[in-house]
Amino acid sequence: MPILLVNGTIIDPDTRQMGLGSLLIDNGVISARFDGQLPSDASVRTAPGTTVIDAGHKLITPGLIDLHVHLREPGEEHKETIATGTRAAAAGGFTVVACMPNTRPAVDSVAVVQHITAAAHRAGHAEVLPIAAATIARAGKELSPLRELVEAGAIGFSDDGVPVSDPAVMRNVFEYIKMLGVPYFGHCEDMVLSKGWGMHEGAVSNRLGLPGYPSAAEEVGIARDIAIAELTDSRLHVCHVSTAGGVALIRAAKARGVKVTGEAAPHHMVLSDRWVLGWLDEQADAQNVPGMSLNATTRPPYDTSTRVSPPLRSEADAEAVLAGLLDGTLDFVATDHAPHSRVDKEVEYRLAMAGITGIETALASMLMLVNRGQISLMDVIVKMTDAPAAFLGRKSTALRVGTRADVTVIDPQLVWTVTPETLFSKGKNTPLLGQQMRGKAVATIYKGTITHQQ
Amino acid sequence: MTMPAVSPHVPWTPTESRKRRHVLDLDDFSTQEITDILDSATSMKEILGRSVPQVPILRGRTVVNVFYEESTRTRMSFELAARTLSAQVMSMTAKGSSVEKGESLIDTIRTIQALGADIIVMRHGESGAPYLAAQHFKGSIINAGDGRHAHPSQALLDLFTIREQLGTLEGLRVTIVGDIVHSRVARSNIWGMLRCGMHVTLCGPSTLIGDVRTWQATFPTLKVHYTLDDLLPDTDVVMALRIQKERMQAGLLPALREYSTYFGLDEARLTRLPAHAIVMHPGPMNEGVEIMPEAATSPRSVIETQVTNGVAVRMALLYRLSGEAPAV
Amino acid sequence: MNERQIMTADEVRRAIARIAHEIGERNGGVGQVVLVGIYRRGIPLAKRIAAAISHIEGSTVAIGALDIALYRDDLELRGPSTHIQHTNIPVDITGKIVVLVDDVLYTGRTIRAALDALTDLGRPERIQLAVLVDRGHRELPIRADFVGKNVPTAISEDVAVRLNEVDGGDDAVMIHRGDA
Repeated sequence: MPILLVNGTIIDPDTRQMGLGSLLIDNGVISARFDGQLPSDASVRTAPGTTVIDAGHKLITPGLIDLHVHLREPGEEHKETIATGTRAAAAGGFTVVACMPNTRPAVDSVAVVQHITAAAHRAGHAEVLPIAAATIARAGKELSPLRELVEAGAIGFSDDGVPVSDPAVMRNVFEYIKMLGVPYFGHCEDMVLSKGWGMHEGAVSNRLGLPGYPSAAEEVGIARDIAIAELTDSRLHVCHVSTAGGVALIRAAKARGVKVTGEAAPHHMVLSDRWVLGWLDEQADAQNVPGMSLNATTRPPYDTSTRVSPPLRSEADAEAVLAGLLDGTLDFVATDHAPHSRVDKEVEYRLAMAGITGIETALASMLMLVNRGQISLMDVIVKMTDAPAAFLGRKSTALRVGTRADVTVIDPQLVWTVTPETLFSKGKNTPLLGQQMRGKAVATIYKGTITHQQ
Repeated sequence: MTMPAVSPHVPWTPTESRKRRHVLDLDDFSTQEITDILDSATSMKEILGRSVPQVPILRGRTVVNVFYEESTRTRMSFELAARTLSAQVMSMTAKGSSVEKGESLIDTIRTIQALGADIIVMRHGESGAPYLAAQHFKGSIINAGDGRHAHPSQALLDLFTIREQLGTLEGLRVTIVGDIVHSRVARSNIWGMLRCGMHVTLCGPSTLIGDVRTWQATFPTLKVHYTLDDLLPDTDVVMALRIQKERMQAGLLPALREYSTYFGLDEARLTRLPAHAIVMHPGPMNEGVEIMPEAATSPRSVIETQVTNGVAVRMALLYRLSGEAPAV
Repeated sequence: MNERQIMTADEVRRAIARIAHEIGERNGGVGQVVLVGIYRRGIPLAKRIAAAISHIEGSTVAIGALDIALYRDDLELRGPSTHIQHTNIPVDITGKIVVLVDDVLYTGRTIRAALDALTDLGRPERIQLAVLVDRGHRELPIRADFVGKNVPTAISEDVAVRLNEVDGGDDAVMIHRGDA
């Protein structure tokens, strides 16, 4: 059944061009592309069985790609399932996600990889690329069956949630995956320096009396993994970079020619540790202007939806992470979508499970930075489509005739409120609850099928 | 701005149309409100001095002490305060954190609410726990200490004691010496003292003070100095805080003897203080570590007065939180 | 604002003088008398009555101050007072004749609270009540022994006593007609 997207602004991230146009989607691929205004009497509009979507004043982009999500299945289906997680991804405008292996059991066997890909296929909301565990049970001791896992479909390895603490084991992981041509997705942290942490170590943690997770703990972790990746000439991808120091280390390593890449999560660019103060923050800009600013003071202090690993850091760190994204030090945006249930979050702050449910607010968060003039719209789309695709070794995602029809239609002016009801994810744990956002995916098409329509 | 203003966004800070609902920390108290409470406490202290120290004002109210951390002295102080005002008092000690023991903090608060509590006095090992409790309780919460974050009634009784002994607060010079970075008493006192126009200097080993920049980011006028003897001649109030053995075991300090040598309040150090200066300690004391017995019992020491004043201040707080209408 | 004056400064002065005489007369002298002023305006009134008594009888009478905030029965309605004042009665009241002094007697609830407070402080032989104005509308069986002026009022009205020590300016007693 054909789908026609009419008269939107088509964005081509590969050529960095944008212009008025329309797309016809059929049989799972882009079957025609019309540049310029499509006349209202064009025959293609009235071809039998065609679903016409008016994309006037909207953006037409390749389907968004998120290479860091937690789908929680198998084992923690009360937080999220592959079905609900990918449905949430579609609502966020995403057609491809990579899921992390900290499930129960961990993704350390072919059987679990197969479960994930089968469940994703059944749900049909998005393509799911499994990232498998680097070590058995993510215990950091024995290597997982790495080759088998790649052959079963894993795109890389991680013990995400924790680093591989033993440097000798870390070295072995890097050495082994070199022959497999896949990266290690590093959760980089020195867990001794961060032991007992509640939030980012700084003025706010001092005021709130919460033990701190110093930037140095992340920097030490990143420095170590860069050194070992450099030693072994292997690929390191640094997940959820949150510190200015971490960005600087990756920048310098890239300059030396180390095979290191990095990602930035929207919450590390748009929020800061001051959100943990909530209404205690007398300095906060207390205005939620949709698409321009957020109001942190509607949240109570010690709101556990702000607890995430790595934590929300200082405003200077947030600026440095964005600067890293802009200058290419950090290669793409990845949400680290981490849904949790109420039971996991409605406890004392330091004891709350860390994680923010982010996949449905990512686009609006990035568009807010565009509205503020901190990043261009083209850069945002590139960092959420072409850049992650290139990382995967895929061809460009451009919207050319014949390419797989993964397309997102975005209304950048649509104002909406983040509420538990508007989120498809089971996880409602976001500090943005109650905020009015501007910008949303109003239609998401995966392999030629509409997976989300507003 | 020399220190953060009271945030206008705190939903229970008193305004003309609204009565204070919770006492969680001193950071949402204006100078005027602190003064009002100290004045109330003066009258409350008079009641404690009577032959029949009891007034009927909180008859029919229920105050529940929920202590997740053991503390006989603070709990008794609140119990006495509540009983003097004729309130019903119940105490429960909940051992361990909610995560360890099964019943969540929220469930415990809801149970206590169902039992008819009007005011909960809560002490907990995790910073921020009373803020979580406050979101699930229709009555009032008084924070009796949360982790290393705040202990507002202690700071108020300390301010009351200083004002009682020295006649004023504004302009006084305070030296707080001890394990400051882990101290909720220090944090609440810093808020209250700076709000009332006092000058505060932190002293102690640098591992127990922490990053000066993070302190000064919140409190630009706060000073830090690592040699106690330099500070004493210009100090009106010296407040010693407890040094816990665990800090030494955690590697933050060499042997406790080194602490006593450089930071302990002993007879010799007391002679360096000006004639009018007073010595304070929130208790319980580790005599021989941060304070020597002769200093604790010297005429300059107001440590026992602090305990008496604690009951009066807590009476003032319980009274202030009661009733529906805003304060007149 | 509909306001009328019902006592001038001179009338207040004469009323106080008369009350001072009556206290001495009723009690056969003032040897056992303790004047206890109820915060706020009862306290300067008590001091003036004491001064008048000293003028008449040639002896000084003990004076105390009482804040009844912690004995009120209307905490729910009115909320806590921002300020609680010192209760300060410098003599033992057991066996004495306590004359409570207040500016306006209305429902009687303030006096009930004052009686409770006095009972907690000791056991007077007798308690009497002196007020500058009795405006009627008692809700409890309480009456004044010494009254400056009886003033019938409507419940919608408000009686305000102005005393130089508290309010500055001339003494006066005013009635405000309240809004309907």
